[in-house]
Amino acid sequence: MSKHTYPDPDISVETEAYWQAANDGKLLVKKCDACGKTHFYPRSICPCCFSNETSWMEASGKGHVYSYSVMRRAKQPYAIAYVRLEEDVTMLTNLVEADLDELRVEMPVEVTFRKSESGQALPVFRPLKD
Amino acid sequence: MARAARAYIAGIYEHPTRKAVDKTVPMLHAEVARGALADAGLSKDDVDGFFSDSSLPGLGGLGMAEYLGLNLKYTDTTETGGSSYLVHLGHAADAIAAGKCNVGLITLAGRPRAEGMQQLKSGTASGGQPPEWGFEHPYRPMVANLYAMAAMRHMYEYGTTSEQLAWIKVAASHHAHHNQHAMLRDIVTVEDVVNSPMIADPLHRLDCCVISDGGGALVVVSPEIAKSLGDRSVKLLGQGVGIKHLNGGRFDLTYTGAAISGPIAFNEANVVPTDIDYASIYDSFTITVLETLEDLGFCEKGKGGAFVSDGNLISGVGRLPFNTDGGGLCNNHPANRGGMTKVIEAVRQLRGEAHPAVQVPDCTLALAHGTGGGIAQRTGAATVILGSNDA
Repeated sequence: MSKHTYPDPDISVETEAYWQAANDGKLLVKKCDACGKTHFYPRSICPCCFSNETSWMEASGKGHVYSYSVMRRAKQPYAIAYVRLEEDVTMLTNLVEADLDELRVEMPVEVTFRKSESGQALPVFRPLKD
Repeated sequence: MARAARAYIAGIYEHPTRKAVDKTVPMLHAEVARGALADAGLSKDDVDGFFSDSSLPGLGGLGMAEYLGLNLKYTDTTETGGSSYLVHLGHAADAIAAGKCNVGLITLAGRPRAEGMQQLKSGTASGGQPPEWGFEHPYRPMVANLYAMAAMRHMYEYGTTSEQLAWIKVAASHHAHHNQHAMLRDIVTVEDVVNSPMIADPLHRLDCCVISDGGGALVVVSPEIAKSLGDRSVKLLGQGVGIKHLNGGRFDLTYTGAAISGPIAFNEANVVPTDIDYASIYDSFTITVLETLEDLGFCEKGKGGAFVSDGNLISGVGRLPFNTDGGGLCNNHPANRGGMTKVIEAVRQLRGEAHPAVQVPDCTLALAHGTGGGIAQRTGAATVILGSNDA
């Protein structure tokens, strides 16, 4: 795998716990204490029921590829994907440590991390090994 | 019996430029406004309502009102991306019906090509980064690879093929062949499309629209004014808007906002998809057209691939002639916002003023659909149903 630079995310008071956890190798999602539903990206008020009682929970880090595309026109082709987590939310991400021609919809994947330009850990996904 | 309409489109104009190196954006707005008013047989001083999108130079509509010398009672700069002008059509009709204004001018202009845009980045909005930015931007979403994920999922769920998507481009190319202003006038085959370079799997270069400068304008008037202008005005029979987004992480990329906007527009017009003689469908990518046709009810969900195949969208050949100007895939995509030209070509068809080679005989009912934002993220859809003057 060749080196690729990931742009920095912008981090706010609303999302800093997510990014701090990523630096510790954990993937967090938000869960609503009122309706019990998870959501992504994380918000302080639940987009499902509008309750302001939401909590962080650690995701298993496992999921399936809902869809993906390999950007062939980039200098270094890369795979963008929507990964559906076991926690029933789907997030935008990149697929790494994979042959770009072997990717498929619904393949099982697990979280790993890459550093952004300034060193912030970003959740990305790789094929789940048996 | 003639159908009732709360407003009419009396004037249209599509700017002929495709690369505006020697013009400013305000100049383009002025030229399309002048063209549409001349087409309607109205003057600048008749305009009392002005509508455009958020890329308008200045604060809302204020700067352009001054620049154009408009004296206004009403302005609206609602932004839903490339579908904005179809949203504005509904807002103009509402304002006219409510007596807030009588003549609404809707304009679009931009010059991304002259300004040297090489690649479109998704979600670059003014006014600070939106809240999803940090969770998307680091993964490098571009417009093409996002639409590609909708196509990839549609293929997975319904067995849609690249060859089927290619038929959409083939149909557009047959139409663009007759348009002297179209950027791409050569007729292409399914093989040409699937053998063109892969941009973002599964979308090839020829699955993608062109990037162009230019613009267009519409003049919307009250029924009384339409009557005074003769019989070239076109009826606005129905209009609907639908906003679709990622819904907190639970979403389905195999449908678009057209599933929301379409039924509203059809219901208001009191017509059904099989009544439609001609359709302008936003075609940023071939997949945009395929999903939209399904969502509007021209065919069952998942059957869009079969529906578009074998020339079914080619005027004079298939059941649903579409984008007879060549659309965004072949003609133009001014300012990366294709909704305006969709309405303009639908009006030409209803007036019988499309190119003779692509004119739909006895075209009485037409549909125009705009898609703004991106179908794999946040999208604003708008559908209008238009009728000829005697519809």
